[in-house]
Amino acid sequence: MAETQARARWTRNISAKIAAIPMIATALVVFLGGTIWTVVYSFTNSKLLPKLKFVGFDQYERLWAASRWTISIENLLFYGVMSLVFTVVMGFVLAVLMDQKIRYEDTFRTIMLYPFALSFIVTGLVWQWILNPQFGIEGIVRSLGWTSFTFDPLNNPDTVLYGLLIAGLWQGTGFVMCLMLAGLRGIDEDIWKATRVDGIPTWKTYVVVIIPMMRAVFITTLVIVASGIIRLYDLVVAMTSGGPGGNASQVPAMYVYDYMFQAQNLGQGFAASTMMLLSVLIVLIPWAYLEFGGKKHG
Amino acid sequence: MADTSMTMSGPRGAKPRKVLSGRNIMLYGILIVVCVYYLLPLWVMVMTSLKGMPEVRLGNIFAPPVEVTFQPWVKAWKEACTGLNCDGLSRGFWNSVLITVPSVVISIIIASVNGYALINWRFKGSDIFFTILIFGSFIPYQIMLYPIVILLREMGIYGTLWGLIIVHTIFGMPILTLLFRNYFSSIPEELFKAARVDGAGFWGIYLRIMLPMSLPIFVVALILQVTGIWNDFLFGVVFTKPDLYPMTVQLNNIVNSVQGVKEYNVNMAATVLTGLVPLIVYFVSGKLFVRGIAAGAVKG
Repeated sequence: MAETQARARWTRNISAKIAAIPMIATALVVFLGGTIWTVVYSFTNSKLLPKLKFVGFDQYERLWAASRWTISIENLLFYGVMSLVFTVVMGFVLAVLMDQKIRYEDTFRTIMLYPFALSFIVTGLVWQWILNPQFGIEGIVRSLGWTSFTFDPLNNPDTVLYGLLIAGLWQGTGFVMCLMLAGLRGIDEDIWKATRVDGIPTWKTYVVVIIPMMRAVFITTLVIVASGIIRLYDLVVAMTSGGPGGNASQVPAMYVYDYMFQAQNLGQGFAASTMMLLSVLIVLIPWAYLEFGGKKHG
Repeated sequence: MADTSMTMSGPRGAKPRKVLSGRNIMLYGILIVVCVYYLLPLWVMVMTSLKGMPEVRLGNIFAPPVEVTFQPWVKAWKEACTGLNCDGLSRGFWNSVLITVPSVVISIIIASVNGYALINWRFKGSDIFFTILIFGSFIPYQIMLYPIVILLREMGIYGTLWGLIIVHTIFGMPILTLLFRNYFSSIPEELFKAARVDGAGFWGIYLRIMLPMSLPIFVVALILQVTGIWNDFLFGVVFTKPDLYPMTVQLNNIVNSVQGVKEYNVNMAATVLTGLVPLIVYFVSGKLFVRGIAAGAVKG
């Protein structure tokens, strides 16, 4: 009896383990193994094929000496900060407006969220067309008589990132609005009653009471948006291919792809992607510390 | 936790006031302006795709077509060129279908079994693997691309549809496993225990109890995966060859090709066609879509 029970437990465990093989393989081989593999090979001088000939930090020195890479980082920082600030502020303001007991809430939400269902390629191509200087906004305003009007962000190296922002915000703000709206709906109605009894104006209640209470929602949103920004790739490919002027809108993910799969300079691609990992960790570790470190004590 | 708290149930807040107050005019005014900004690209895209090229060149991109033509749609579907292939976007469409359907099915099966094992059949180390999986979802894909290329090449499926299907299954796993794990954790454990007493095994309980009880979450996962995989660009470029490029990649190649005269109406028709599948999924699924995307926002 005891023996069959022991055997039953053993076989029971075995089917769960067999079923979990894809998960275990993905976690260990692809995620952990793949990451370690790339980090290790970023210290080699691999060119066309990966080779284990270590050259210390050579690849990283070359990376940071390359103007294309430093421009990519500057672009990503600028785009990232602008995009974070605008999505969070606009998302929150829209969520507050949506939370005013309005009619047709579902219709408004459906309209604001549909771009999120579209790919960055579709988003980028539509906005490329709207921003087309000859036929788009610039052309229309000029044809109305204002002939010196200029609105051609995508063909000017100084403004190309704003062009990307217009499209990126269009695609992603609705999603942030939904997250924020869920956060607002999660706030206890009694809080509102209390502030009303105390005669605190609505706008002040939002700033002083509601926003601090939604700290967790804000942090989660920031982490999701930030980790998406670091991956930014498709939108740039569709809208500008990194141009104008060669690299005015380059981003790190593009550098990685080009060196790994086009220029056949694997070492550079590995070093660049390791830097991307590092930047994610800079975002992620404080968050994990706040989220999971705080939970243990609370 | 299981309920993603994204149920946008009825409106709350202050007492209703007069309909035509200054506050309401402001409020709806702003919302309508915002909606115009959101709808404008869709409008422009569809209108441009219904015009002939002469009208596109002369007219205003925001104006509706004077003469409606479906020629650009036909051309985008059947004749648009990428490189030497001039058989239109239909090739990319069918590639995307062949990629999306198996990827969605396989990734959902694997992730739901994972979630089930993680809740009801924990074994030593199972939570560690899950933690790695979740952290992996934040790691930039770029860092894992080349190791996966090597793995697929060793397996002899690099550059094939099956290679890409495996990649989608791998990268869909963290979020889907989280989704199913959270959902299954809300199913009372007594049900599981009762089934165990009755002698049901791992697969028996999964198929007869867990599966029928969690159809909504399967629909959420389906929405998430169909839109996510259909919209993918990076994996399509890296892991397939030009003949097998998914629709997004082919679309980008058609529109951003430098050869020939730009046919903006055909380009926009192609763009609408590519966006059509996720848009249909979005409009049909409604609130479930919100739940699906919010799943990523819920911590495990």
